[in-house]
Amino acid sequence: MTLKNSIMIRIRNLDFNYLTGDFHLTISKLNVEEGEKVAVIGPSGSGKTTLLNLIAGIVPVINGNIRVEETRIDSLNDAQRRNFRITNIGFVFQDFELLDYLNVTDNILHPFRITSALNLDENVRKRAIILAEKMGIGDKLKRQTDNLSHGEKQRTAICRALLPHPKLILADEATGNLDPENKIRILDLLFQAVDDHAATLLAVTHDHELFKRFDRIIDFRNFQSEGMV
Amino acid sequence: MIDSLYIAWQYIRSNRIRTATLIACITLISFLPAALQLLLGESERQLMSRAALTPLVIGAKGSSLDLVMNSLYFSDEMPELISMEASEWVMESDLALPIPVYARFHARGNPIVGTTLDYFDFRGLKVAEGRNLALLGDCVLGARVAQKLDLKPGDSLLSSPETLFDLAGVYPLKMKVVGVLQKSHTSDDLAVFVDIKTTWVIQGLGHGHQDVTKLKDPTLILKRSESTVAATAKLYHHTEITEKNIDSFHFHGNTSAYPITAVIAVHYDDKSGTILRGRYLSKDESLQIIKPEEVIDGLLQNIFRIKNVLDAVISVVALATIMAVILVFALSLRLRQREIQTIFKLGCSRLTIVRLVSAEIFIIVLTSGLLCGVMIMVVNQISNDLVRALFIR
Repeated sequence: MTLKNSIMIRIRNLDFNYLTGDFHLTISKLNVEEGEKVAVIGPSGSGKTTLLNLIAGIVPVINGNIRVEETRIDSLNDAQRRNFRITNIGFVFQDFELLDYLNVTDNILHPFRITSALNLDENVRKRAIILAEKMGIGDKLKRQTDNLSHGEKQRTAICRALLPHPKLILADEATGNLDPENKIRILDLLFQAVDDHAATLLAVTHDHELFKRFDRIIDFRNFQSEGMV
Repeated sequence: MIDSLYIAWQYIRSNRIRTATLIACITLISFLPAALQLLLGESERQLMSRAALTPLVIGAKGSSLDLVMNSLYFSDEMPELISMEASEWVMESDLALPIPVYARFHARGNPIVGTTLDYFDFRGLKVAEGRNLALLGDCVLGARVAQKLDLKPGDSLLSSPETLFDLAGVYPLKMKVVGVLQKSHTSDDLAVFVDIKTTWVIQGLGHGHQDVTKLKDPTLILKRSESTVAATAKLYHHTEITEKNIDSFHFHGNTSAYPITAVIAVHYDDKSGTILRGRYLSKDESLQIIKPEEVIDGLLQNIFRIKNVLDAVISVVALATIMAVILVFALSLRLRQREIQTIFKLGCSRLTIVRLVSAEIFIIVLTSGLLCGVMIMVVNQISNDLVRALFIR
């Protein structure tokens, strides 16, 4: 079946729960268009991070189906999901997930070193430096991540997500804990990357003042009642 | 793979102490049995080759091992002394060529070996520098002794007194270095060779002094008769044998009764050797004749029995170390669970995760292997001396 090119994420009849606990996520229908910048909001524990994990294939789908472009995530096996994730998705994790024994440069380049699907060449290295400079961490490239501030770690994690030019950027609280000036700066960079590479952004956020900058807002409270957007 | 090695290297760099400890453990546990095997192999080679080349040794009854170790390797364990007559008796038997050996004294920590020129022919020792023994008081140095003491022909070497306060006993003799032997990679490299009569001079059995018949100082004469002159202790004794005083050196009594430690008997054929051995079988005989190869073989059997025990101990220690290393790696993996989870979330394949962990193990094991190899090479280089220091002298 061929889908319209304009839909980046298509979710149907998703019904998910973890093996333990009473968490339950039901989404009967959700579409995110290509190039769209979508903010995901909702109370803690409502399933925002789980949704990102399901789309990225970090957590396998139990019932329902999720498509990213033309790829059915729910029909991929573990190895295929990993390969799809590293080549198509840039994920900014809530707790950064940086490696403390690598410096800033090596953390940014890390996805290129752990898969043969991404080619680490001189051009990539140059882009990593430019990206880090744009993020304001250009002078900390040789520093171990243990010696970075919270905001610097966050920016390093964003650089790592953006460097492979992913089609889809999933950001879990990417601007959380940043000062207002840096929030704007990083959001600008995220949006710039989305625009430059015709990518799609799905960002979990609690910053109400940033809502107006997104194309659309998905409120998870709606899923709890009707499960459809 | 290069990327995996790079990441593993970065991890190792940031965990230096843990890595160094692991490398040290693996290196030592690999090095110990290999080094032990190397040293035992070398000791077997050194002991056995020299023993096999020495057909028969005659010495005082007692420890055959002491006799072999002293007469072949010039060890400090000295057997009971025998007389020079033992050597003369072998010569008269016409069954073997006797080579007397008197290895008792030392010069600056190196054994002085009194023998005859036959010894050099028998061992195939060649003079590399200078000449061979010719006069009383001459000495020829083994290659290592010359190197260690920085001596060359023309220099002199003083024998050491047996005990520091032995005023009435062995006096130091200033020996003239006349030659240095070619390196033979045997105990001969570490010996100072002199004529057997020179050892008797060192012992005080032969000496040189002023001509007592021409003494004018009455305090030097104890008693004078027509045939003999008894001198007092004031009489000057030469401590160095020179061209001027060599004629004054003489031996009192019958030199056949003078001491030696052993006689190397080079029998002319198997039959002669068997006959010669038979002549020392009597219970009343105070001498024993031994085949060094048999004695050394017995010694090696004991060494290898000890080695088997050591091997067992090392095996247990190795097992414990390997278990500890596995535990360290397992704990390390648990500590790295978060990192593994991170790279999983990024999309790293299972194979790459295995490769990353394997790369770390590979670097540690390779480094340990290289270190072990270097240490084995060093031991191999010095094994000749090390074996002599550990097992022979």
